[in-house]
Amino acid sequence: MNAPVKFYQTGTFTVGNRLLAPEQRSVQASTERSNSLNSGHRACQGCGEALGARYAVDAAMRATGNRLIAANATGCLEVFSTPYPETSWQLPWIHSLFGNVAAVGTGIAAALKVKAAKAGLGQSAVRVLAQGGDGGTTDIGFGCLSGMFERNDDVLYICYDNEAYMNTGVQRSSATPYAARTATTMAVGAEPGAERGKGKNLPLIAMAHQIPYVATATVADLRDLEAKVEKAMTIHGARYLHILVPCPLGWGSASHDTIKLARLARETGIFPVFEAEHGEVTAVTKIRHRVPVDEYLRPQKRFAHLFGKEVAAQAPAAPAAQGGASVLARPGAGAGQGHPEMLARIQADADRNIRRFKLLDEPEVH
Amino acid sequence: MLKQIEGSRAVAEAVALCRPDVICAYPISPQTHIVEGLGELVKDGTLTPCEFINVESEFAAMSVAIGSSATGARTYTATASQGLLFMAEAVYNASGLGLPIVMTVANRAIGAPINIWNDHSDSMSQRDSGWIQLFAESNQEALDLHIQAFKLAEELSMPVMVCMDGFILTHAYERVDMPAQAEVDAFLPPYEPRQVLDPAEPVSIGAMVGPEAFMEVRYLAHAKQLSALEVIPRIAHEFQQRFGRRSGGLVRGYRCEDAETIVVALGSVIGTLKDTVDDMRERGVLIGVLGLQSFRPFPLAAVRAALQHAKRVVVLEKSFSVGLGGVVSTDVRLALSGLQLHGYTVVAGLGGRAITKASLERTLREAIADKLPSLTFMDLDWRIVNRQLEREAQVRRSGPIAENLLRDVGTVASKVS
Amino acid sequence: MLQIRIHGRGGQGVVTAAEMLSIAAFHQGRHAQAFPSFGSERTGAPVVAFCRIDDAEIRLREPILAPDVLIVQDPTLLHQVDVFQGLHAEGYVLINSQRSFHDLGLADIEQRYRHERLATVPATEIALRHLGRPLPNAVLLGGFAALSGLISLDAVGHAIRAKFAGKVAQANVAAAAEAYAFVRQELEDLAHAQAD
Repeated sequence: MNAPVKFYQTGTFTVGNRLLAPEQRSVQASTERSNSLNSGHRACQGCGEALGARYAVDAAMRATGNRLIAANATGCLEVFSTPYPETSWQLPWIHSLFGNVAAVGTGIAAALKVKAAKAGLGQSAVRVLAQGGDGGTTDIGFGCLSGMFERNDDVLYICYDNEAYMNTGVQRSSATPYAARTATTMAVGAEPGAERGKGKNLPLIAMAHQIPYVATATVADLRDLEAKVEKAMTIHGARYLHILVPCPLGWGSASHDTIKLARLARETGIFPVFEAEHGEVTAVTKIRHRVPVDEYLRPQKRFAHLFGKEVAAQAPAAPAAQGGASVLARPGAGAGQGHPEMLARIQADADRNIRRFKLLDEPEVH
Repeated sequence: MLKQIEGSRAVAEAVALCRPDVICAYPISPQTHIVEGLGELVKDGTLTPCEFINVESEFAAMSVAIGSSATGARTYTATASQGLLFMAEAVYNASGLGLPIVMTVANRAIGAPINIWNDHSDSMSQRDSGWIQLFAESNQEALDLHIQAFKLAEELSMPVMVCMDGFILTHAYERVDMPAQAEVDAFLPPYEPRQVLDPAEPVSIGAMVGPEAFMEVRYLAHAKQLSALEVIPRIAHEFQQRFGRRSGGLVRGYRCEDAETIVVALGSVIGTLKDTVDDMRERGVLIGVLGLQSFRPFPLAAVRAALQHAKRVVVLEKSFSVGLGGVVSTDVRLALSGLQLHGYTVVAGLGGRAITKASLERTLREAIADKLPSLTFMDLDWRIVNRQLEREAQVRRSGPIAENLLRDVGTVASKVS
Repeated sequence: MLQIRIHGRGGQGVVTAAEMLSIAAFHQGRHAQAFPSFGSERTGAPVVAFCRIDDAEIRLREPILAPDVLIVQDPTLLHQVDVFQGLHAEGYVLINSQRSFHDLGLADIEQRYRHERLATVPATEIALRHLGRPLPNAVLLGGFAALSGLISLDAVGHAIRAKFAGKVAQANVAAAAEAYAFVRQELEDLAHAQAD
């Protein structure tokens, strides 16, 4: 049969992208890829962050001709990629502190600029990547991030968002979504999980700084992720990429569901995938096949209390690297009945995202 | 070239002569004029190529410096007091990573209560951070120490903080001899890093180190500071040969050779002490001053050698350890362990209270007469202290201490000094 | 060592005055140290600045408690702050005012000190005429040069040009010269009066 195969039917998972023309193949399909995050790192089975970082950094390396320096905040990625005395990184890489990676990136960019000037060049050929998790980006690193944005420093900042402080045992961050169970937003009481009305939207905040490029992506659309990284590297100035990276351990999901959950986050409207330049949305990834939020939430034990099922007695232990406190689950107050009113709010939030970002071609009213 | 300029300006010009690649700083009194001066020199093209970055906090300042220095750029920043504390995590990180950043600390008290005036509590709070700490006696020495600091830092791969008294030195107009660019270039070669982020030779900097090797890594930092005990005098000697004046080094004694009483101090108060010592010498008192230029590494041997023949040692310091007593005096005592002499700790000048010759002489005479307690707070107003203690003894809701004391002191504006 | 204390209010250029004095002394080949008293800066609040001049390196760092010279930029301070605290018996006093010591209510001060070392000069008025602004600091330095002879008018001019540029510098130099002439005249009148 010679019918043309539509890309979405096979997506990123096409082995070696062999069905695509060479110029359309992903970086990962190439034997020339830098493999910047080399195998041997200690990430968990199904870690979304390892997947996202591997794709993102290799894409950045290809886009810059392997002339890239990376700064990394403290967190899962930093810890599992540099287990003493080894390192997985194949590019120049620095880890300083938890809250300062954007500033370290600023410093690297400044040094490169001066070095280029001393060599008589207009600008440096070497580019800078600063990366961290949601905790290091939205909370403790927020001040430095905003400073880097407002100065328009030539740094691409990538946030790998798994929606909690995972490395220290799944504590709540300002990226933790409403109703999610974490070690500090337990699934108990009248309103279990993360409280309503809190949290920050980093992509929107980045846009408010009017920086040249802001984009969101997920590990479900790895080709899209690579393309956004490569596009970001064609631009100079402050750039921000926010990648949703499911964490099986922290989310209480099966390790083989990582990519599926990322796709469901997009398809429910919970996680809008878009691009923006200088504060205005320029492109949006439409929802192809809309699904209700339940489908996304059910496979995650961190939302189990919303559904009134018998909750598993214990959640798996958190990553061992930083203290390894285990996240104990207790039956939610609504065990048996669930929290349909909370589910309704989550659905309403998704509806709002769809409206706001025009994620559907036809208006689908729920 | 001789100039009559503000201390901050002298430091800015000296730093500029060192050709830093990246300057990043956040404003805080009393360091502002230094950074403003440098900003101007960059903007008007005098200092080029140089990236001058207005960062959003002191934590960002030191972090930007870390990124820049790790990329092989000569990097400078400046701060004081609260700012130094705000960047404390990054201060330790910089020395732990072995990055040769030079930072001016315009010594200022740490709150609460908020106080913008001079004392040494800020630098002292970071004395264990692994940074080399040099103290300037005058604005000439302040500018000279910055030039020496870059050389020292880069040779050792260790950050250096140059401490100068806020307001007293930073905001004082004095005569200074500013070196020429060619002289500084000959003294200070371009920065050759021991480690650098370079795509041509990738390295990972800042990995976690577990129990297997952490002690060894930390010991090496200590060993490096100990080696600085030789490098600091050597660089000071080279400086003297090239620029023709003594600046820096570990310690400097004044009239200590036959002194029975020696006063130990850091920073600008050494000047006032020298005048006091001259006055007292004229009246036959055998007294001298030992100035410490290097506080970290603490020059145990040099201090011991300078003090061992004295009968009594008075450590006059603008710092103290709450619940214990002196900070500097504790280190000095270590240098003197085993020796039989009288030791006194005099805490003075906290929060910018003026240290006068008259008070110094009175205090020193008490020490000589063996009437001075082992720990005193010079010129303390016991009246208002006791009033507050009474207040607290009488009523639970005694109110904020600072407000109570200020009310007792009365309006400050009408006072002359 | 010569110790000069300048009193004024925030915004009147008291600190700049001390700095200029130090630059003038430097120009004359001497060592000088100028620094402000470190109170909270606020326009209108009393401010004190200090200047020490000597032929040897100045090591002393305390505030000037026993000045040889007092310059008062704002006469409203006279009965609010004890500006005369510690003044040497042989001290110089220069006050920015159109009025005499007697009219300023300072007759007792006048009696305690050497008459030929006390002067008032309408520095604000002179400044208004030359600069268009009531900034008496450089003007008063011209007056001080005349009063004491410890600093030359030429050195004062040099210091003004080091601190200000273009027309502002010129105007200040002219104003300082006028104050110099004024005080010279005042002293001559006093000498004649005493001779009579």
